[in-house]
Amino acid sequence: MDVNLSINGKSYAIQAQEDMPLLWAIRDIVGLTGTKFGCGVSQCGACSVLIDGNLTKSCGTPVSAAIGKEIFTIEGTSENLELLRQTWNDGNVPQCGYCQSGQLIAATFLLDKNENPSDEDIDNAMSSNICRCGTYSRIRKAIHEAVALKNEKI
Amino acid sequence: MSKIQQINRRDFVKIFGLASGGIILGCNASTVEKKFKPTIHKDFFEPNLFIHLEKNGNVTLIASRSEMGQGIRTSLASAIADEMEADWKYISVKQAIGHEKYGNQNTDGSRSVRTKLEPMRKMGATAKLMLISAAAKKWNVVESACKAENHYIINTNNNEKIFFGDLVEEASKIEIPTEENIQLKKVENFKFIGKTLKSVDLKDFTHGTATYGIDVRIPNMKFAAVARCPVTFGNVKSFNKAKAEKVTGVEKIIQLDRLVPPTGKFFGMLGGVAVIANNTWSAFQGKLDLDIEWNYGENKTFNSEEFTNTLKERVKKTGKLVPGSRGNVSSAFNDSEQTVEATYTVPFLVHAPMEVPNATAWFQKDTIEVWAPVQDPQTTRSELAHFFNIPVENITINVTFLGGGFGRKSKSDFVVEAVALSKEINAPVQVVWTREDDIKHSFYHATSVQYLKGGLDKNGNVTGWLQRVGFPSIVSSFKPLSDYASGFELGQGFTNNPYPLENFRLENVKAEANLRIGWLRSVVHIHSGFGINSFVDELAFAAKKDPVQFHLDLLGKDRIIKGKSNYPFNSRRLKDVLNNTAKMANWGKELPKNHGLGVSIHYSFYSYVATIVEVSVNDEKVKLENVWTTIDCGLALNKDNIKNQLEGATIFGMSIALYGKISTNNGAVEQNNFFDYQMTRMKDAPKIHIEIMDKMHEPPTGVGEPGVPLMAPAICNAIFNATRKRVRSLPLVDLGMI
Repeated sequence: MDVNLSINGKSYAIQAQEDMPLLWAIRDIVGLTGTKFGCGVSQCGACSVLIDGNLTKSCGTPVSAAIGKEIFTIEGTSENLELLRQTWNDGNVPQCGYCQSGQLIAATFLLDKNENPSDEDIDNAMSSNICRCGTYSRIRKAIHEAVALKNEKI
Repeated sequence: MSKIQQINRRDFVKIFGLASGGIILGCNASTVEKKFKPTIHKDFFEPNLFIHLEKNGNVTLIASRSEMGQGIRTSLASAIADEMEADWKYISVKQAIGHEKYGNQNTDGSRSVRTKLEPMRKMGATAKLMLISAAAKKWNVVESACKAENHYIINTNNNEKIFFGDLVEEASKIEIPTEENIQLKKVENFKFIGKTLKSVDLKDFTHGTATYGIDVRIPNMKFAAVARCPVTFGNVKSFNKAKAEKVTGVEKIIQLDRLVPPTGKFFGMLGGVAVIANNTWSAFQGKLDLDIEWNYGENKTFNSEEFTNTLKERVKKTGKLVPGSRGNVSSAFNDSEQTVEATYTVPFLVHAPMEVPNATAWFQKDTIEVWAPVQDPQTTRSELAHFFNIPVENITINVTFLGGGFGRKSKSDFVVEAVALSKEINAPVQVVWTREDDIKHSFYHATSVQYLKGGLDKNGNVTGWLQRVGFPSIVSSFKPLSDYASGFELGQGFTNNPYPLENFRLENVKAEANLRIGWLRSVVHIHSGFGINSFVDELAFAAKKDPVQFHLDLLGKDRIIKGKSNYPFNSRRLKDVLNNTAKMANWGKELPKNHGLGVSIHYSFYSYVATIVEVSVNDEKVKLENVWTTIDCGLALNKDNIKNQLEGATIFGMSIALYGKISTNNGAVEQNNFFDYQMTRMKDAPKIHIEIMDKMHEPPTGVGEPGVPLMAPAICNAIFNATRKRVRSLPLVDLGMI
């Protein structure tokens, strides 16, 4: 079917089966490969995107559910994502980097909803995302520092 | 080191895909003449890096080793830049294709820095010398009057300076200096080595722009998924493709025969039925809709639980004596005040890197081009030449970023699949494994059973040590019917047990392989570290001694064992990391209720590591609170990167202890995905404290793997400390403790 997707503010007219997971429409048809495949069953968070601001596992969401909505991926930009990029950089967070698209999207969602998350808030928000390299303590620290950076800027 | 020489321009253009003026330093491609023998432990010294300096000052450095999160692209580049006196802001790194001219590219065994640091430094130093010569010539002064500093050559007579980029033309005319003239910097003059440099790839990692294998896109490429027999080495009896063919996007369905590797090398491929589609998901869907009848073959009765029980029976009886045994344990046990016995088991494990195995290949008449996340591109290349009868020089392996490797991506069966399919359909194709494929069809870390018996005298000194171990050998993947462990496997912690035990007997019992066996981060050290450290803790308890002091006493007098390598074992260094970790953890402190501390020490990949874990146990559920680890890895090339690696090893080792288990029934792996092959997640992650011993004058040793084997024993010893309950069988989740 013809599908119109709006990703990071840009419109894409594509052909896709309506039950195709959004992940594969984004990666294989639109051609944005920053969003990753990790498990296919909404267990690892590598495919995380925001749909109308809501954190979504794109591997478990049919493309039809995103029609008429705004999709935000790692190729996008927002104030919170840029702050997180900076503290990810400051803390030298990634190892292999593969899961970090999903980690950054999940962290962006956390900061969008919670201006000052506690360690527990971070643990709860980020535990849907697996990092096999084990960068969790750096991610936790980078999220705290993004909050601090934001407060400094205000 | 091979003689350094200028490579010709054609080679350069081929490598860089660009044509611009510049100095290019390469190394003699002497290895090309050598017969290429891909073996898993071939470890020889061949410098290989290329430096490309442009007129605008930009320096491109080639990374010959695969990047899978260990930070090698940054670490080795920093060594060149340091000796070259380059300004880091001009540095960029390009990944090498798989080619012998780069020297050994096999990225495993925690040895990239150990084997490549010095050659890389020499590459940088050579560049610096040539730039100095060029400037001296320009100024008409002696070379000794010139020095390099931060991308400039300075005339020390008058402080005049000239930018590296402005020396490109002159320097290109300079003879390559001979190796005798290359002087490496002193430790105290290092600018990057031993400091902290952030990853050169951070921007790509945080913007989704790093190209992993799975992100490769070639015009008109197809996507493929392969259905493989649930039982190892089973094959297709018949199949019905009618339903799969109706899936939108599915274009073709092809049977793939198993490719059996020749004895001693390569990995082959399992074979099965492949679905070719115009997108990944359609290929996955088509695969689910295949109706396949399998010949399960001879592994169809394999049950891992029964196998563990078999191994448990075997370790009760005398096994094959392993060289290195000494003294007389029987009489030592007879003379002992008390003896202690224990049996430890570790299940099969799988790597599960976040990026599943995948490869993109294009077979065209007499050439093959591959884009893939491979740890060992040279073996991949040789393997393709073997199976597809294409001259090796017509095969190009483009190495992408690896979304984790951990040993899985050393075995390029997934590349062989992609090439076979591309040949069949006459188009570029990307094979993507589902996570279920990855969990069910891997080269597994071998399950193991160990029986240990120790004797203690009345003062609590260890009088004898017997260790019987059985685990399917990695060699079985290269040579069928290899039912005993090989020397290199037993050398990973068993035969090189760090304690000077007078009566020491090591036996190996038979263990057949009914799955493909492979290496996983830290390999056999996972078993040996768990068995030995758990058992020392049991002995300490029986001797009524403090475990840290017991380890120190057991290590005995300081001694240095030369061995066959250039890295003698120094027991002092193992004691030092233990003492340092004990200090970090405030060992001996009063602990909150239900908390416990556990310690482990281990020597692997020539590095010395000690770990202490603090757990809390409430309602029989274990939580890790803190982990303290000290590593002595000799010269620490990139400090924060080393810390990051050790933090990662902590989490990786924790996942093994808490969750790691692959089991089989009727020959088939029972686990499916991350819901039943679980990983440590952020909410489980403890506070991690890492310290690196200052050993800048020692040669560098392993970093990526040595932290892993410490975790399981330290966790289980901490659980014992908290609860007096001894865990001898992993994982904890099976014991209801998570």
